[in-house]
Amino acid sequence: MLSRTAENLYWLARYVERAEYLARTIDATLRVTALPAAYVGKTNEWDSALLTAGVAASFYQAYEEANEDNVVEYLSFSPNNPSSIRNCIEAARLNSRSVRTALTSEMWDTINSAWIELQAVWSKGTSTREDLAKFLRFVQETSLRFDGSAYRTMLRNDAYWFSRMGVHLERADNTARILDVKYHVLLPEAEHVGGPLDFYQWSSILRSVSALTAYHWVYRETLKPWLIADLLILNDTLPRSLASCYGNLVRNLDQIGVAYGRQGPAQRHARGIRNRLEHSNMNDIFQHGVHEFIQEFIADNSRLGEIITKQYLI
Amino acid sequence: MAVAFDEMNIPGGDLRPAYRELARWLRETPPEALDYRRQEAELLFRRIGITFAVYGDTESTERLIPFDVIPRIMSGKEWTLLEKGLKQRVRALNMFLRDIYHGRDILRAGIVPDDLIFQNPVFRPEMNGQEVPHDVYVHIAGIDIVRVDAEDFIVLEDNARTPSGVSYMLENREIMMRLFPDLFARHRVAPVERYPDELLAALRSVAPHSASSEPTVALLTPGVYNSAYYEHSFLADKLGIELVEGRDLVVKNNEVFMRTTEGMKRVDVIYRRVDDDFLDPLTFRPDSVLGVPGLMSAYAAGNITLANAVGTGIADDKAIYSYMPDIVQFYLGEEPILKNVPTWRCREPKDLAYVLDNLGDLVVKEVHGSGGYGMLIGPAATKATIEAFREKLKREPEGFIAQPTLALSTCPTCTAAGLAPRHVDLRPFVLTGSKGTTIVPGGLTRVALKEGSLVVNSSQGGGTKDTWILDE
Repeated sequence: MLSRTAENLYWLARYVERAEYLARTIDATLRVTALPAAYVGKTNEWDSALLTAGVAASFYQAYEEANEDNVVEYLSFSPNNPSSIRNCIEAARLNSRSVRTALTSEMWDTINSAWIELQAVWSKGTSTREDLAKFLRFVQETSLRFDGSAYRTMLRNDAYWFSRMGVHLERADNTARILDVKYHVLLPEAEHVGGPLDFYQWSSILRSVSALTAYHWVYRETLKPWLIADLLILNDTLPRSLASCYGNLVRNLDQIGVAYGRQGPAQRHARGIRNRLEHSNMNDIFQHGVHEFIQEFIADNSRLGEIITKQYLI
Repeated sequence: MAVAFDEMNIPGGDLRPAYRELARWLRETPPEALDYRRQEAELLFRRIGITFAVYGDTESTERLIPFDVIPRIMSGKEWTLLEKGLKQRVRALNMFLRDIYHGRDILRAGIVPDDLIFQNPVFRPEMNGQEVPHDVYVHIAGIDIVRVDAEDFIVLEDNARTPSGVSYMLENREIMMRLFPDLFARHRVAPVERYPDELLAALRSVAPHSASSEPTVALLTPGVYNSAYYEHSFLADKLGIELVEGRDLVVKNNEVFMRTTEGMKRVDVIYRRVDDDFLDPLTFRPDSVLGVPGLMSAYAAGNITLANAVGTGIADDKAIYSYMPDIVQFYLGEEPILKNVPTWRCREPKDLAYVLDNLGDLVVKEVHGSGGYGMLIGPAATKATIEAFREKLKREPEGFIAQPTLALSTCPTCTAAGLAPRHVDLRPFVLTGSKGTTIVPGGLTRVALKEGSLVVNSSQGGGTKDTWILDE
């Protein structure tokens, strides 16, 4: 397939995944900030929402203070934020238009309908919390529909694999970013203070990767930071864990390698990261520092993006 | 202006046979039901994303072409005649192009004046002596046809460069079949869905000699911001070929390749929807970023087929148009089946004088214009507009031709006040490959939605209709 087509499919999937992640982040933050101060502590949750979205620096160039109104606006609708939800959907639609021939009509319909709704219903943003909740649901449903229609309707060939790679690379980045911002509340020392404050912090992390229910099914335990980190990093049954994302990335890259009859640096690099995840346990990770581990992962993950681009997309 | 030919009703109250069943159906169908389906059709178009862009329109970059749900119907007998005429015309166009870029018999015979060719900006000296596979220059032609009476088909213009609109022909039919299955059941409508297959076959048949037995065809688009982008992606999809932009292609050793995820892949035939001027910055406009550097040298080396060929503009130029009856005669020795609109060539002093005296009654067109821009419709223009145009015409008479205002035929059309006659034209799509010429029965009917308006161009408020050829 055309390199440009593969590139568009890959980025299209990333934009949709990112939009959903932003919607989850806003949703989770709203829940925590709605609690009485005694349960949340003094941290500015809107500030950490910006950090997990990776847009804090550009935000503070435009705003003085991070509060609900301006962070929601910036993450959801701002035309000045290149990865606001609105811009993600706009970019997804533009990419879809460029590769319409590689999309199934169901995928196109999902993106095009979302783009039409964005303009028809959400062009002025949201004015009430009810509105905002509706908007966030709309974004999540768009992503579900997109994923579902890709899964159900695409031919299992390179177009599908490049699109899935976009999903998993973006997902791994998002999960890693939450961990990067929140790692301190997961540190073992924090277990001593395990009061209500931490409970809500922890559940908020799980909620933003839609893993709160999953946690209980996997561990049948009350929330423990150790296990939360285990779930998000190493548990390959959780679709948003780093291990699961890399299991999928390695598989997709192998499928491409088989179809094209040759492997390259992307396959090797992805396998390297997956092996490291497979051979780690939480004990080692905490010993060597969660923060360092995560930062290294984020760098490795974005390097994989660059290698894939070089090997296939240009 | 004469009374327009009504394609449905015969003066005196009778119906033309092709429309009888439709008229019966319309009587049985309550207006609300029709209205409801109109809205449904619009929703479908928007969801599928069948849009076009209007240049210089900042309001919205993507617009829908209004779709009228009342089909335009022709009998099989009428179509047979039209088809014969179209094949004849396109054969002559191809022979004319071959001649212009080789022996130039027609110039020596004094049928077409030399300066009209050599001083014409759309004449491409690069094509002199260039061989093209099977001598096909115009693989895809869109011939605009109008009717003024029950007997004749008149060619309004020939489009031999990159004619567009065929996606509407196909999508209009799809949507009509979805919305009005009962109406189809009551007619025998000749299908149009073969078009993509026939187009692909024609394109593959003209692959260069150096191509493999399974030639690779690609569609070259200027990109998502082009007004016809939807059509480009639609056709690439239906043909199962790659939709490429200039940046996807590279020329190496006079061969054309596309960049793929598996490396470079040779391309043999390019169905290009990019104008000559933008094809190759090394040969034509150096500022073009839409083209492919070196494409023309690969073309000259015979390693790539471009469809349509470079330089076909010289055949659909409005000044050349007026010579078409003579051109048909010259190459085929036959009477033209399709008529021409009587045309005054403003470059000729006698004609110019007549045109200047009768501006109020004539349609004056720019020789190189298209899309309905830059023309004067005398009877509909204000005095001031006419005077301004007169000055333009005097300054540069060779840039214009003039024609009488035709009373284009009308078809019943949905309007705010119910069904009413509106003026229509027809663009059938004529395909030519190594095995000859084919035309799917039908084409794109364009309709001027404003009462009395004769401008059917989508960029100027025209709409489209499904075109039915009855298979009797």
